[in-house]
Amino acid sequence: MNLDALLDCVAASSCLVTQISAGLIIGMLLFLVACGLTLIFGVLGVINFTHGSFYMMGAYIALTTFQTTGSYALAVLASTLGVALFGVIFERFFMARVYGADVLMQLLVCYAFILILDDVAKIVWGADFRAMGMPEAFVLPPLRVAGGFLPPFYLFLAAVTVAIAITLGVVIAKTRFGKIVRAAAANRQMVGVLGINTALLYAAVFALGSALAGIAGALAAPVRSVVPGMGFSILIESFIVTVIGGMGSIAGAFVAAILVGITRSFGSIGFPLFTDGTMFVFMVLVLLIKPTGLFGRRPG
Amino acid sequence: MMRRSALLEAALTAVACLAVTTLCLALGSKPLMDIVLRLAIFGLFALSLNILIGYTGLISFGHAMFFGFGAYAFGLLMQARGVSIPVAFAIAVLATAALAVVVGALCVRLTAIYFAFLTLAFQMLVHAIILSWVSLTGGDQGLRGGIPRPVFLGVNLADPRHFFVFACVVAFASIFLIRQILEAPFGYTLRVIRDNADRARALGVPVQRYKLAAFVFAGVFAAVAGILMSLYVSGAYPNFAFWTQSGDAIFMIMLGGISVFLGPIVGAAVFLLLNDTITRFTEYNGLVLGIVLLCVVLGLRAGLLDVVIRLMAGAPVRPASVTTETPV
Repeated sequence: MNLDALLDCVAASSCLVTQISAGLIIGMLLFLVACGLTLIFGVLGVINFTHGSFYMMGAYIALTTFQTTGSYALAVLASTLGVALFGVIFERFFMARVYGADVLMQLLVCYAFILILDDVAKIVWGADFRAMGMPEAFVLPPLRVAGGFLPPFYLFLAAVTVAIAITLGVVIAKTRFGKIVRAAAANRQMVGVLGINTALLYAAVFALGSALAGIAGALAAPVRSVVPGMGFSILIESFIVTVIGGMGSIAGAFVAAILVGITRSFGSIGFPLFTDGTMFVFMVLVLLIKPTGLFGRRPG
Repeated sequence: MMRRSALLEAALTAVACLAVTTLCLALGSKPLMDIVLRLAIFGLFALSLNILIGYTGLISFGHAMFFGFGAYAFGLLMQARGVSIPVAFAIAVLATAALAVVVGALCVRLTAIYFAFLTLAFQMLVHAIILSWVSLTGGDQGLRGGIPRPVFLGVNLADPRHFFVFACVVAFASIFLIRQILEAPFGYTLRVIRDNADRARALGVPVQRYKLAAFVFAGVFAAVAGILMSLYVSGAYPNFAFWTQSGDAIFMIMLGGISVFLGPIVGAAVFLLLNDTITRFTEYNGLVLGIVLLCVVLGLRAGLLDVVIRLMAGAPVRPASVTTETPV
């Protein structure tokens, strides 16, 4: 434990800016992954343990596209569409077979895919850390805010994520698709009985959730090292985010992701040995005090 | 009072274990002893997890935290001077039980999918602490410097033959104890909870307390397996508590079958054989194991022993419904 360092940092505005921006970046990526996880859980009632691997795929697709075409926009697009397509295939041909079965079967199908995708990544891209490098548009001197440095890409990442969060919120609240998603989250069977094509709905929600993981991977590629197995740690963290925010709640995921990101970035100064532990303490407190999460509704 | 068939079964298993142990010793073949030792360790680990998955209906994806915790607790106690092996063994098991009480108390209140994920998350916490607390655990290098093995009661675990017999006896005694627990009224109460928790509650069963007790029992036997593992490799490594270790144990249970008591041990044997064979041909064993797992889950929808039992009963290989078979 190093409380002095933590207090020094909180007292210095430059350190504060650096840590808060680092925490926000972690939070933004966590939100994108957790959001897909929570959407899929809300509508289909399954937790997609493979979601972290989708994030990893997004990062690798972005890396390859960027290095071959040199266009980061194309890389983000390729990751989004590629991972969404894979998500649909995964849902239709594998997960759909075990919806009626118990949780063990669903877990095992996901576990099998985590093993397979990690090894595929090793075969195609190698087992070592890969760095994508910063796209040229963002190779600018960092902004100075209150004595701290702020890389321009951070602003881009935050802007994209906030835009996605708002769009998603509007889509869920205002459109017909959003209505169906909310109805399915409340009662899946009834939605089917009312004549809505649930197979199509499930595939669409899986595609949307996977696309979000793909975008997150593409946005993470320039600022994080890309490596097989990178998906698993973000899976655990984004699960913690959904527990804190409340399973099924997008607003909850957003708030919780930022809280977890900030906790992590300050925890690494104050409790370097217990950085992961701080998140867990946070989660356990929420589970004990409000088991449905900060923004959660009662589990169905 | 044990049923006659159960007694016979226990006696047969004891004789079989004794026969295997003596045979290995008589042959004195190192590779054969290695196989039996690994089977004893991983079989016990998978079997302890099946107390939760097969009998209580709790899908824990974090069982390796107890395997790893037991191994580290034991190793650290032995490296601190002046502790004899039985004392360290007992303290390590008790410490793991205490950990299981804390984690279990938080997890058993949750629904199935939350339970699976939360146990997984706690396991990653244990793993992260092992990695980052370098001064105590040695971090990603693992607990090195070997585990001292002072002689106790004439048993010298530094001698491979002594260790072999010791490990077989401990593993067999644990398997026997698990069997006794599951055949006792306590075990049948667990089955009721698995099949219909509401009915159990209506009958006055304190469901969460029973679930917690099952969780602690399972954790304790996982710790025993972990302790044997730490003695076997003379150290403890972070991957003991990594999530793939838990995944492998679930894989073993699935391979062998969850509707038969010894299914997980058969599964462990098949898994070790499969893994060793694959490793000989390719370094990408995750890819091959993943495909095998998909075939078993989506193709058979049951473990190998489940299928054998179905065939013996004249039933079709694949059940009509997709629900998992459960032990009776």
